[in-house]
Amino acid sequence: MTTAIRIEQVYKRFGSVHALNGVDLAIQPGEFFGLLGPNGAGKTTLISALAGLSRPDSGRLMIMGFDVEADYREARRQLGVVPQELVFDPFFSVRETLEIQAGYYGIDPSRQRRAWIDEILENLDLTSKADANMRTLSGGMKRRVLVAQALVHRPPVIVLDEPTAGVDVELRQTLWQFVRRLNEDGHTIVLTTHYLEEAESLCGRIAMLKAGQVVALDTTRNLLSRFSSHTLRLRTASDKPAQLGMTQERITQENATQECTSGWWTCAFAHFDEIEPMLARIRNAGCMIDELEIGKPDLEDVFVRVMQEQSHEQVRAA
Amino acid sequence: MNSLSIKPSRGFITLFYKEVLRFWKVAAQTVAAPVLTALLYLLIFSHVLASHVEVHGVPYTSFLVPGLVMMSVLQNAFANTSSSLIQSKVTGNLVFVLLPPISHSEFFSAYVLASVARGLLVGGGVLVVTTWFGGLSYAAPLWILVFAMMGGAVMGTLGLIAGIWAEKYDQLAAFQNFLILPLTFLSGVFYSIASLPPFWQHVSRWNPVFYMIDGFRYGFFGVSDISPWMSFLVGLGCLLILSSITLSALKRGYKLRA
Repeated sequence: MTTAIRIEQVYKRFGSVHALNGVDLAIQPGEFFGLLGPNGAGKTTLISALAGLSRPDSGRLMIMGFDVEADYREARRQLGVVPQELVFDPFFSVRETLEIQAGYYGIDPSRQRRAWIDEILENLDLTSKADANMRTLSGGMKRRVLVAQALVHRPPVIVLDEPTAGVDVELRQTLWQFVRRLNEDGHTIVLTTHYLEEAESLCGRIAMLKAGQVVALDTTRNLLSRFSSHTLRLRTASDKPAQLGMTQERITQENATQECTSGWWTCAFAHFDEIEPMLARIRNAGCMIDELEIGKPDLEDVFVRVMQEQSHEQVRAA
Repeated sequence: MNSLSIKPSRGFITLFYKEVLRFWKVAAQTVAAPVLTALLYLLIFSHVLASHVEVHGVPYTSFLVPGLVMMSVLQNAFANTSSSLIQSKVTGNLVFVLLPPISHSEFFSAYVLASVARGLLVGGGVLVVTTWFGGLSYAAPLWILVFAMMGGAVMGTLGLIAGIWAEKYDQLAAFQNFLILPLTFLSGVFYSIASLPPFWQHVSRWNPVFYMIDGFRYGFFGVSDISPWMSFLVGLGCLLILSSITLSALKRGYKLRA
């Protein structure tokens, strides 16, 4: 089966900055893939290179087996990109925008094209705005039109570059429902986002970029289990949990008053069968538990740890 | 999954259609306003000079009309490509044209043809509203069409170069004010270069816009300062050189693709 996206040894420099520093990635058809990283990690540069908006200094990028330079027409037909910036053409209505975009991809005006555009408008809750000028739309509506534009030529691979930045909860839910359905229908989805909980719930596999390099690449589940763990959190009036090896959470300014009288203690565990002995030890130590919570592994923890590890390695290398 | 019928040429046709639709949606600004400006030039200059000046045996008002028509064609063709491109760059919506499978030659052709369309529309408008001033003949209509289209294409291409090069509106304004405006005003729109001192006649012959206006005027009156064939060759040469530069820039993605 043809790989949906293949990226081989891609380098790109802007002056002295290595925006992409030897990136290798392969994304399979039907994957929901997350591309994460701090600002300036190279996510948007990588997407731009895939979309033909920027040219790598060296390396090779392929979409559904088509080279983005040599077979650029076919490669671009396979790809739909939702750009990060909220851009639009102020001269046109929503429907005109979509019809023009479809035409750019070579799609002839036909009943099928109109029906597909109607379907996209409906799925993104834009039908009532079809004849409205782009200038008159709210930010959220404009974001929906950007998604619609990326889908208008029915690309098998869809790249969403921070599609929910500055978007309200309702639109976020609508958008993810729609994107999930597209993924279920067989579309390959590549998502970049700073909302890690979104990536965690949506993406089957995740790559983390830092300073133009892939620093972690695995399934979401493996990343969570490798770099993060469940936590047992409990609140007591005494400091006995410390004697049992639990760590007290850092007291923040806002909960300082509460923490003076009662502290939260945390302990990480790998398997649920570790909980019972832990609670037994606390009970045997004569400690009264006021509140108890079990925390799930968190992609945010994974992200922070991966980025910190990389920083430490860089310091060691220096 | 994909039941939509695909035609590779549709991308070019759509980009051309979008560029025409873009200026047509604001026709009061892009078509009617330049027609009115040309009409005002004609009213003022013809009122002041018509009874005193005759050029190539033609009354001044009649002499002026083709010059104003061609000036409108040239300036509007330049404005169309340059303003469309800079707006798209500044607002960021150029990405919608760069993402699809449109080749650099299709991009070039669509933008330039749309600029020719606007130039011809405005030029035609000027010609229509100045008809009642009278005195126009149509000695060689084919030359009229050839020079109008070629002039529009040359300035449309120059507009594309300006739009690609400029990153801000003031850079484009500088290009327009310090290059395009002098080239068009000092090209014989309002006078025959035969009336200039020898030095300025010589300087005018280095202005390619002069050849386009002179050739265009030949189409109306059958007389000109330079042979229309020479003007045609100069115009064609300019078009080929500017097109090569633009196509090369577009192919490399100069200032458009990082």
